[in-house]
Amino acid sequence: MSLRVLVGCKRVIDYAVKIRVRPDKLGVVTDGVKHSMNPFDEIAIEEAVRLKEKKIAKEVIAVSCGPTQAQETIRTALAMGADRGIHVEIPAKEMEKLEPLHVSKILAKLAEQEQAELVIVGKQAIDDDSNATAQMTAALLDWPQATFASKLEKTDGELEVTREVDGGLETIKVKLPAVVSSDLRLNEPRYATLPNIMKAKKKKIAKMKPKDLGVDLASHLEVVEVVDPPTREAGIKVEDVDTLVTKLKDAGRI
Amino acid sequence: MATRSLRVFWAPLLNTLHRCQPRHNIKTIRSSRRTLVTSIDPSHGLTEEQLAIQELATDFAVKEMLPNMAEWDEKEYFPVATMRAAAALGFGAIYATEDFGGTGLNRLDASIIFEALSRGCTSTTAYISIHNMCAWMIDHFGNPSQREQWVPQLASMEKFASYCLTEPGSGSDAASLSTSAKKDESDLVLNGSKAFISGGGDTDVYLVMCRTGSDGPRGISCVLVEKGTPGLSFGKKEKKVGWNSQPTRMVIFEDCRIPASNIIGNEGQGFNIAMKGLNGGRINIASCSLGAAQASIENAADHAKVRKQFSKPLANFQNTQFRLAEMSTEVVASRLLVRNAAVALQENHPDTVTLCSMAKYYATEKCFQVINEALQLYGGYGYLKDYPVQQYLRDCRVHMILEGTNEVMRLLIARHVLSDWK
Repeated sequence: MSLRVLVGCKRVIDYAVKIRVRPDKLGVVTDGVKHSMNPFDEIAIEEAVRLKEKKIAKEVIAVSCGPTQAQETIRTALAMGADRGIHVEIPAKEMEKLEPLHVSKILAKLAEQEQAELVIVGKQAIDDDSNATAQMTAALLDWPQATFASKLEKTDGELEVTREVDGGLETIKVKLPAVVSSDLRLNEPRYATLPNIMKAKKKKIAKMKPKDLGVDLASHLEVVEVVDPPTREAGIKVEDVDTLVTKLKDAGRI
Repeated sequence: MATRSLRVFWAPLLNTLHRCQPRHNIKTIRSSRRTLVTSIDPSHGLTEEQLAIQELATDFAVKEMLPNMAEWDEKEYFPVATMRAAAALGFGAIYATEDFGGTGLNRLDASIIFEALSRGCTSTTAYISIHNMCAWMIDHFGNPSQREQWVPQLASMEKFASYCLTEPGSGSDAASLSTSAKKDESDLVLNGSKAFISGGGDTDVYLVMCRTGSDGPRGISCVLVEKGTPGLSFGKKEKKVGWNSQPTRMVIFEDCRIPASNIIGNEGQGFNIAMKGLNGGRINIASCSLGAAQASIENAADHAKVRKQFSKPLANFQNTQFRLAEMSTEVVASRLLVRNAAVALQENHPDTVTLCSMAKYYATEKCFQVINEALQLYGGYGYLKDYPVQQYLRDCRVHMILEGTNEVMRLLIARHVLSDWK
């Protein structure tokens, strides 16, 4: 019962970078800015590689949708232990219009083509924070989903997944094939080793376009405006609770 | 007929062309499609693989070393566990061959790694580079049985190594060393002492340059001595201005008996082995200075944007801007020299010794000055141990002295300039 696992990894602006809004207010500056793999996707790749080490998975395929530089992200996944990669080529200028629905359609198609039994993705990307791809992919495939996973165990033909939800932790069982989205505490990703970085160069990355998978990138969403959050203003001190309540009422907060 | 006369006709031209070709073979290094542009951002000009390597080293440095560097300095703690974690990633024997567990990367990759790690802790990175140098010496000059026995243990840092050349009576005049190794049946008996040995007392494997023959460099052999060998003892731990995360001690030999099979390479080849090791060691130390200077400039620039005096951020003052511009230029110039020397060494360029000497003296000197300027930009805060700039400064000061003083570097370069190189 050895699974083939498909893992989605997105190339995003590095978490440590100071984000700047573009002058046209329709996005953020990405030119010349440091990018890296979405941290939740690193956790997804790590989990897939661990499944392979436990002999639960037989092959890990890393997929990324994006311009040429997305290959760097796939190489990172290969250096962490993924077996091969798939690069779905999307030119840089079309990247802004790429929506979770498009990515979900791509992942669903690839899961079918590659005969994957498990799809793992990060719960959300740190650039758009959509938290939608895993759910939509599951729906398109008509597979069960286990999102915000903080623990993953295989029991016979099922997965037992502990989820981090608002009320605490929830443990569910899902039948395979399934889609899982990884949350922060699922694992701590390994460092790639130098020998693995060298080996990753020789692993294969297949290239294809969205239309090869029958997916069209027509927009369903329109970005109206991107602005900085308001600058934090100084607070004021009040003398007692009554004044506090009055001021809050005046400001329309309560 | 026409062929012979054509050859006669073309011969002079062909001869000229022949003389114009380089005398050496420019072998392409493994990941060599890098551009020639090096810039303020040390990741420019690197291949995709080198970028991945640099990212790994930087990540490790920032997460595993940087949070501890002040404590390691203050407590004089030799961070064995962290270094072994680095070795597990392949940082223990970076440019030793893969035959016995080395990582098999090239000198430029090693320079990139040490520059990146140095940001996390310059002193620890410098020790790691010395360990790497020793691992390479055994891998390159050792016989198959020595390589099989030692390289795997050094690559994983299960055992740590020290390089023993300097003595109380012979520093720059290294070839005049006097630690003797007298033959006795199938053994060698060592007598003498080595000074300022990095890791001394805590490390397991000592590569000792000692006199097996007559005076001068050709009487010197390189031998391997294991800790615990009777007759091997250590002096007190030295109290230093920097490099505090690695112990420094005298290494003392009193009728210390080792098998003659512990000679690395040939008898009389020791000085040559020591110098070949140091060519790489010099690039590594220069790379450590680069990393410390890079971190210091970045930190100082960030500080200058935030710290205000006279109602303006320091970064708005022309003096601050001019200082940072000069500092950055010196670091980029140093980086160019260091990477150039790394490629020269890798390709066995005839000017390797000169280029490594230039890189070492220039980078260690300029980077120390840069870090000093960075400290000044912090004002009073720069003098506090709460800020890392003073530690980068103290750690980098000794780079101008060891692995060959910068004065000796100048002697080596002058020898080339004044020779018949034209």
